[in-house]
Amino acid sequence: MVPQFARGHRLREDKARGRWVILAPERVFEPDDIATEVLLLVDGVRTFDEIVDALAAKFAAPRDAIAADVTVMLADLRERQVLAG
Amino acid sequence: MTPPPPIGLLAELTHRCPLRCPYCSNPLALAAADGELTTADWARVFRQAAELGVLQLHLSGGEPAARRDLVELVSHAAGAGLYTNLITSGMMLDAGRLAALAEAGLDHVQLSVQDSEPGSADRIAGFPGGHARKLAFAGLVTQAGLPFTLNAVVHRQNLDHLGEIVALALQLGAKRLEVAHVQYYGWALLNRDHLLPTRDQLDRATVMVEQARSEHRGVLSIDYVVPDYYATEPKACMGGWGRQVMVVNPTGKVLPCHAAESLPGMVFESVLDRDLASIWTSSEAFEMYRGTGWMRGPCQGCVNAERDWGGCRCQAFALTGDATATDPACRLSRDHSLLDVAVQRAAAPAGDFIYRERARVKTSVL
Ligand code: SF4
Ligand code: SF4
Repeated sequence: MVPQFARGHRLREDKARGRWVILAPERVFEPDDIATEVLLLVDGVRTFDEIVDALAAKFAAPRDAIAADVTVMLADLRERQVLAG
Repeated sequence: MTPPPPIGLLAELTHRCPLRCPYCSNPLALAAADGELTTADWARVFRQAAELGVLQLHLSGGEPAARRDLVELVSHAAGAGLYTNLITSGMMLDAGRLAALAEAGLDHVQLSVQDSEPGSADRIAGFPGGHARKLAFAGLVTQAGLPFTLNAVVHRQNLDHLGEIVALALQLGAKRLEVAHVQYYGWALLNRDHLLPTRDQLDRATVMVEQARSEHRGVLSIDYVVPDYYATEPKACMGGWGRQVMVVNPTGKVLPCHAAESLPGMVFESVLDRDLASIWTSSEAFEMYRGTGWMRGPCQGCVNAERDWGGCRCQAFALTGDATATDPACRLSRDHSLLDVAVQRAAAPAGDFIYRERARVKTSVL
């Protein structure tokens, strides 16, 4: 599975306010720090497994726990139509 | 104290438009093509906006595609990192130009329709054949893979077709439907007696929207807000004066709201004279009604003062003649009854629409 942003949605650094945002039609979402780390890896190329591997390496955390968190987070963003596929 | 930066910039690229909607939000005195900002001016404005902290750019008009340099403008905006939304009538874009816009980095399209069926839509827009062209354009947008929102401005003459408008949005593949009630200043105020919906119509529409929302959850999201003339609480117009959005008009004047030119005695500075950041933070026009300092009773000290910011200045002025008055949409306003009076007056309209158009006769200077 390769997560990717839905058309019309993208992640961007909001330097003026010191945060990252998801820009969407007529809306701006503010992902928290953890969600931002995940979304920075969503590029339409990396698979779910590769994203989880990258996070596990970066945060030296157990892979299973990360996989579970990422699954929930991606499902939520898919439901809000921020992510497609 | 420096105000937080704006989130959005509404760029009114031009006042030119083939349609003649009688509720058009452009001012009564439309700017001429030869007074419009150049490509380079807009490119500079977009860069300054992005530096200031603007995230989303709404390219509007008039009809923005009346600008021959639209593709170039979109690529400047995308280059500056702005999320670009094209607000269009769909009348002046073919497949080739649309593909070029997508290529240049356009993020989203908002297409307006005047009604659900051609006869009525074309009459309201004052342009025979317009509706059919819009439907064809919607097909091109989907083919180009661009996400789009269908926008319908509603009023007495089309509000009963709301069910059909929802069906149209679904049929065209829109992800969002924005149902916007007419706001009454400028052209719409001239036509208010023809446009104000009745209480019955409004109640039916509200039920209809609730049903459609639950029926199409996850497929189509519907934006809908109760119109001011039937409200008891005002809306935070533009998210508050000088708080979230700035507007640049075709000639480069920077406004806190697209209708702000209807207010008397205001001086708006131009992007040709000053940079956006300093206009936003310290120009007289933006300072005038920013925050709560300008308020009088009953707004002053009201618990809602920092939530609705006293409502809309343009509506307050249009109805009471005083731009510092509480928005009459608020039930605490001493002018709240003016809304009922307007509704009653509209029950028996005289004549026909006054369509939007450029003044043919110059007012003589004596
Ligand atoms: S409201 Fe109608 S006339 Fe005014 S700019 Fe939009 S499409 Fe053109
Ligand atoms: S009195 Fe003023 S601040 Fe209070 S609710 Fe009404 S408009 Fe808002």
